[in-house]
Amino acid sequence: MEGTVTFESDLNLKATELRLGLPGTNESEKQTPPSVRSNKRALPDMNEESRSKNYSSVTEAAGHGDRETAPPSKAQVVGWPPIRSYRKNSFQPKKTEADADAEATGIYVKVSMDGAPFLRKVDLKVYKGYPELLKALENMFKFSIGEYSERDGYTRSEFVPTYEDKDGDWMLLGDVPWDMFISSCKKLRIMKGSEARGLGCGV
Amino acid sequence: MNYFPEEVLEPVFDFLSSNRDRNAVSLVCKSWFRVDRWSRQRVFIGNCYAVRPERLIARFPRVRALILKGKPHFADFNLVPHDWGGFFYPWIEAMAKSYSGLEELRLKRMVVSDESLELLSRSFPNFKSLVLVSCEGFSTDGLAAIAANCRLLRELDLQENEVEDHRGQWLSCFPDSCTSLISLNFACLKGEVNLVALERLVARCPNLRSLRLNRTVPLDMLQKILLRAPQLEDLGTGSYVKDPNSEPYIKLVNTVLNCKSVRSLSGFLEVSPHCLPAIYPMCLNLTSLNLSYASGIRDTDLIKLIHHCWKLQRLWILDFIGDEGLEVVASTCKELQELRVFPSDLYGVGNAAVTEEGLVAISKGCLKLHSLLYFCQQMTNAALITVAKNCPNFTLFRLCILDPTRADHLTLQPLDEGFGAIVQSCKGLRRLSLSGLLTDQVFHYIGMYAEQLEMLSIAFAGEGDKGMLYVLNGCKNLRKLEIRDCPFGDAALLMDVGKYETMRSLWMSACEVTLGGCKVLAKKMPMLNVEIINEKDQMEENLDDSLKVEKMYLYRTLDGPRRDAPDFVWNL
Repeated sequence: MEGTVTFESDLNLKATELRLGLPGTNESEKQTPPSVRSNKRALPDMNEESRSKNYSSVTEAAGHGDRETAPPSKAQVVGWPPIRSYRKNSFQPKKTEADADAEATGIYVKVSMDGAPFLRKVDLKVYKGYPELLKALENMFKFSIGEYSERDGYTRSEFVPTYEDKDGDWMLLGDVPWDMFISSCKKLRIMKGSEARGLGCGV
Repeated sequence: MNYFPEEVLEPVFDFLSSNRDRNAVSLVCKSWFRVDRWSRQRVFIGNCYAVRPERLIARFPRVRALILKGKPHFADFNLVPHDWGGFFYPWIEAMAKSYSGLEELRLKRMVVSDESLELLSRSFPNFKSLVLVSCEGFSTDGLAAIAANCRLLRELDLQENEVEDHRGQWLSCFPDSCTSLISLNFACLKGEVNLVALERLVARCPNLRSLRLNRTVPLDMLQKILLRAPQLEDLGTGSYVKDPNSEPYIKLVNTVLNCKSVRSLSGFLEVSPHCLPAIYPMCLNLTSLNLSYASGIRDTDLIKLIHHCWKLQRLWILDFIGDEGLEVVASTCKELQELRVFPSDLYGVGNAAVTEEGLVAISKGCLKLHSLLYFCQQMTNAALITVAKNCPNFTLFRLCILDPTRADHLTLQPLDEGFGAIVQSCKGLRRLSLSGLLTDQVFHYIGMYAEQLEMLSIAFAGEGDKGMLYVLNGCKNLRKLEIRDCPFGDAALLMDVGKYETMRSLWMSACEVTLGGCKVLAKKMPMLNVEIINEKDQMEENLDDSLKVEKMYLYRTLDGPRRDAPDFVWNL
């Protein structure tokens, strides 16, 4: 019982076509050995006629030689590649290559401290939250910063940690949620003395 | 032989550790059957539906260690619907009444409820070891019961299970009197654990040899744990993220120098590559390294790490390593026996991270290699032929080309010759997974040469019934055959129905077998359960026999159709 290779040319099913290849690849190899008949049928849940005896090939007919890049929303074959769901779920899918790069290399920002002879750099990705970052800064520059309060900022110390955000404004560290902070922080500055007092006041 | 009193036979049988040997002696005569029956302590059941629990208990009344497997292998890849079966509860319910001496349980692909874990924890005073692999259906509450009630627990090993995390205090449930732990693996849990309780537990278990943490355990805690347990031999890190200038990291560097026994390393689910140098001292003595979840270790960091690992016997890694990295492995890890290269890019367009060249390099450098799982973008016959020549000792060869019907990318030929070379050269091959463009020819080779083959996985391969027939006729030792999306139909299925009684199971999905064909098979072979999984046409009575079956799973059994099958599973 061998079916024939059919190719839906009238309807534009290509966009939603179930393919065996990875998105962006073409079944160019299918053209050769003529003895190989591609009897592969579409998976039942992708097929319009669920219980039909005919089955359309999931491969493309001969003619395409080059690889094209396809939109990332191509259908995947169920259960392929054969990887345990546990393993698949462990990987957070990378949205863009830029994201992937960022995750791999970390978010390094310059840290300056008023009065210190040179700047340092820290990788914000390494810290889980403000307390950890502040502790690290305290260790790095050997000073004490005390605690953050929403109302008064950092009142226990003559040092105030600030950062420059995407808009170029200098903000007090700790006001916004951590994730928002690390995505908008461009550099850190630990202010000291009279300059600091202005920022430390609550509204 | 009749004049050997049974008391003498029993200690002699004790020397038989393999179940196959014990099965053989039990067939010699009634007396030997009896002795084996009463003295058998360890039982392996590869398919939980092959026998009912009551039959196990009746045959072997004094079992202390049981291994049970549930769902078919393809359940790992979402091909088996969620509530298909494999329930553990009936087993524990029956055993709780009869096996007071149960000490060890190892379950794979089973549905384990909290209720069953609680019953387990209360029913066996000598219970020592629980290993759950790829199971589901339980939560941290069940683990709390195990921790609290199993006073002599030595091993709690959770591998890749789906566990509902209630973020409770299960770890704190180990009583202060628990000092017997040898192995604790909770890497698959998603929630936080009580770190103070963890440190105390480690401190009071001097025999702890194996500890695998989950990703919520921070690096500071790792350092404290290693300080308490320098005798560890198998370590799975939690979150391995820290500023390398920070004090906890510096402490870790020093603590690691004292951990001279670590031979197996895993984890690194979250990692700062700059912190890897701390573990270089461990690498020198490692025999087993699992970085297959460490998506944060790439390129030069990965290769730097491998450079230290020249005693490695087992390596699980992501394809970030690339062909060049595999060449480093080939030149560094001369003792390598098992290699698994997993794909990192499951959803995207994918750049060819590893190709056939990496595999060839490995085969040239790692002459002791006998077990391989390799996900790659492309393959050639020439490469496979070279690999077959260099490594004739493969017992396990699983190749997965990400595009499942891809031909030899140089010659555009099917990969029949390549796999043919593998089966011809590797006379001890027991497990084989195929992929790529394949015709019936490859099955001809398999049937002809793969004499020791026990498990074969086939996907998107073959041209017709002949392919399957070659395998069924040729592979005398075949136990498990799993096939998906191949043009094998009723003729192949029904040619030699007796064959299936010599096997554990057969899975066929998206093939050409029809409902009628399966019915014929079921009728001819009452000792088989022929299950049809049809999620769509559930209640239709008048289904045509010529209907192609979506999924068929058949297995030999002593106890007939199972009583816990859900609606969408029809037992013919």
